Amino acid sequence: MATRYFGARIKRNEDRRLLTGSALFVDDVELPGMLHAAFVRSPHAHARIQNLDVSAARCLDGVVAVYTADDLGPYWRPGPLLVPAPPIKDLTFHLRTQVPLAKDKVRYVGEPLAIVIAQTRYLAEDAVAAVTMDFEPLPAVVDLERALAPGSARVHDDLSDNIAAQVRQTKGDYAAARASADHVVRRRLVYDHGASMPIETRGVVAAWDRRAQQLTIWDTTQAPVFLRNGLAAMLGLSEHQVRVIAPFIGGGFGPKIMMFYPDEVLLPWATMKLDRPIKWIEDRLEHFSATTQERSQTHDAEMALSRDGRILGIKDVFLHDTGAYNPYGLTVPINSQCTLLGPYVVPAYDSRFTAVFTNTPIVTPYRGAGRQHGVFVVERLLDIAARQLGIDRAEIRRQNFIAPDAFPYGNEIIYQDFAPLSYDSGNYQPVLDKALSIVGYDRFLSEEQPRLRAQGRCVGMGLACYVEGTGIGPYEGAKVQVQSNGKVSVATGIGTQGQGHFTSFAQIVADQVGVDVRDVDVVTGDTARFYWGAGTFASRGAVVAGTAISEAASAVRGKILHLAAEHFECAETDLVLEHGRVTVAGAPGLTVSLGELAHKANPMRGAVRPDTEPGLEATRYFGPSGGATANGVHAMILEIDPETLMIEIKKYVVVHDCGTVINPLILEGQIHGGVAQGIGNAFYEKLMFDADGQLLNASLADYLLPTALEVPRMELAHTVTPSPLNPLGMKGAGEAGAIPVGAVFAQAIEDALGLPARGLEILEIPLSPNRLFELIGAKPI
Amino acid sequence: MMAADVHTIAVKVNGTRHTRQVESRLLLSDFIRHELQLAGTHVGCEHGVCGACTVLFDGLAVRSCLMFAAQCDGHDIETVEGLAPDGERLHPLQQAFHEAHGLQCGYCTPGILMTAKAFLEATPAPSEAEIREVLSGHLCRCTGYQHIVDAVALAAQRLRSLPQEPTENGA
Repeated sequence: MATRYFGARIKRNEDRRLLTGSALFVDDVELPGMLHAAFVRSPHAHARIQNLDVSAARCLDGVVAVYTADDLGPYWRPGPLLVPAPPIKDLTFHLRTQVPLAKDKVRYVGEPLAIVIAQTRYLAEDAVAAVTMDFEPLPAVVDLERALAPGSARVHDDLSDNIAAQVRQTKGDYAAARASADHVVRRRLVYDHGASMPIETRGVVAAWDRRAQQLTIWDTTQAPVFLRNGLAAMLGLSEHQVRVIAPFIGGGFGPKIMMFYPDEVLLPWATMKLDRPIKWIEDRLEHFSATTQERSQTHDAEMALSRDGRILGIKDVFLHDTGAYNPYGLTVPINSQCTLLGPYVVPAYDSRFTAVFTNTPIVTPYRGAGRQHGVFVVERLLDIAARQLGIDRAEIRRQNFIAPDAFPYGNEIIYQDFAPLSYDSGNYQPVLDKALSIVGYDRFLSEEQPRLRAQGRCVGMGLACYVEGTGIGPYEGAKVQVQSNGKVSVATGIGTQGQGHFTSFAQIVADQVGVDVRDVDVVTGDTARFYWGAGTFASRGAVVAGTAISEAASAVRGKILHLAAEHFECAETDLVLEHGRVTVAGAPGLTVSLGELAHKANPMRGAVRPDTEPGLEATRYFGPSGGATANGVHAMILEIDPETLMIEIKKYVVVHDCGTVINPLILEGQIHGGVAQGIGNAFYEKLMFDADGQLLNASLADYLLPTALEVPRMELAHTVTPSPLNPLGMKGAGEAGAIPVGAVFAQAIEDALGLPARGLEILEIPLSPNRLFELIGAKPI
Repeated sequence: MMAADVHTIAVKVNGTRHTRQVESRLLLSDFIRHELQLAGTHVGCEHGVCGACTVLFDGLAVRSCLMFAAQCDGHDIETVEGLAPDGERLHPLQQAFHEAHGLQCGYCTPGILMTAKAFLEATPAPSEAEIREVLSGHLCRCTGYQHIVDAVALAAQRLRSLPQEPTENGA
């Protein structure tokens, strides 16, 4: 089998449709008789509903229906648990999932109270304005520590406090490690991750076909199969009666996963009730509360070390903001807890967290999914320890790396995939060495920085290492089928939000089946095309679905060669499969196209042998035994304007190891985009909630996404340590760019401003010029 | 509810003249997407920040979410659907975005293409700093911009070496 495509910088198959404006996004779905929905949302973060009067709205011209919680009857029920708590001993987990429409009480600003369905969105919004509401405001629970104080208001009245979960995981004996330590570093660190802000907001179109008894839903979801199964169950339908289509999706980054958002649950119900198609497209203001976010953790962490900088143990106690409901279980704080261990040997670990309900939007994974928080904590502690022990910051990392011969490396605690945390493979030192070399570490510290400092310029270096658990189970599947026109179709259950699956998956298939990559037609995220699957999350699409696709393509290759051997009455080993044809080696006249073979594989007359299956097709499933652990190092040089405290990134380097690479061009794009989001998180983006739970910056004019002026040109390099957990050796790469950026910024800013010499440290993310000004006490630099 | 006030407008879009009755409050973005069914123009924020809905209005890049359809009476609009010269070939900008991997999810892309078209007509040989400055009016959440910058630079280079062709709608 020739590998013409796997590993090559292939330009994307999907680009033409996207570049010419002919790709279908959810808001592009137009159906005859379609109605439009808008939501009445809570203006309060925490309040009892005293009165909700929709009668005037119902009377407006063009309004077809207005529903409140009371109108839903038995359909009103809290949403499903999406990710159960992992099997960790003695954990506490109080599940409270979101409801379709608030009843009795609202728990965050923007929580839906009623849905209006009208002939146009404009008329629906007129009707929203005609709804009258009265509330008894309650104290809002926003601050994590105050939420746990005795006497705090409670987000959920039936719980005795605001504790959503408590989890402790340990490895080794931390108390003993601390007792034997020469040096202990202890700090409080706050890491706040923001909103994913895809440029396409969420949206749903639901259409019930009464005659066919078929429900079709176009949804901006990352997990269409999960959504289909859940909606079928809620609506009393068989799964085959519900088709969920995730067409082209304008970015996802986590929050577009199968949330069973109120809109996702209500539109399918309403289309069946009204027998009309209904569309709802989230507006940007709604997106700031109606779509999940990530937010803050406060860590009280300590690291015990030997005199020479060896980590003996880490203890961490942290609070995690889970928002008003916690349907996504413990994925985010478990990721923080596990990823904190990084690429380092940490013999003893004692980590305890409390997840806290607050009157703010729901927290679920956003690119990185809690990993940023953990990486920030361990990297900052290492920086401080290195400084105090007089060790170079690159050196302290290097000397604590897990050795290349120590894999698979067991970290004992339980990961988000419910299995003990184990690193499959890795070789960390070459990654660090490469990053130091590209960023010019030694030269910068010994020559450039002193020279520029002498000129009064504030330049600094930042450097951070990380690992990322990727490619987790349970499984994905794929069907590969040769069409009679000679093209090859591939269908898989995961959704795509810009990751280039239409190309990377086509590359895998094209090599196996011997066709041009442009002749492989990939469908993702349509439950009518592929029935089973989990979804796109946790940097797993290429690894898990990609492997299933590879195995299905390999089986199809076998069928092609088998059928062609029968056709030519020769041995399979005499055949060459390439350029969409099978040819007998050395006999160029003896050739048959894949289309002809596909046709032949479905005989219309005559007899076939017993057990013959028609078609050149195969379906395969792949479930890895564990997640594949990718790793990397980011290094940055930045300059700070001492007057304005604005930053300029002079150099940004990423060296990354995600095993074998399907398409380096697409991989670069993933890293670039991840770093850009990391830069936003580190210095520009902060969800500003006031003490009443009101989001003060709910617009793109106020919540600052980085632009082309803030995101620098990056230098990327890769090393390859294949994963032993899948035949192609792949590891995930989707989140890698975003994970360590906050840690890199904190170190570089400290360095640039010479903060340690002034007794100051950066112990929080996000930063901003204003926040820096506050932190350095407005002292001249 | 007040009676809707309706205007009759005649607008040329991608060279085709349309006459329609529109309400005063109908946004140009909604008119293009849902009345004319030219869904390639995308809506990202509806408050003029993200730039996804950018179209050319008499050759100028404007945000169609910040204009009313009624304001377009007698004017020329160009959308992403008008860029490619035919069903086979791509516009040099589109081709450059393909080659440089200047798009991922593709949602912000049509707006960026329209801004870039107007920009390169006015600034045929831009520096990287100028490209970044003009792109700063657009938000992309996927790419980190680097490949977009590269794509615009590549398109500029290609367009400079092309003999001047009349644009599709003669605008």
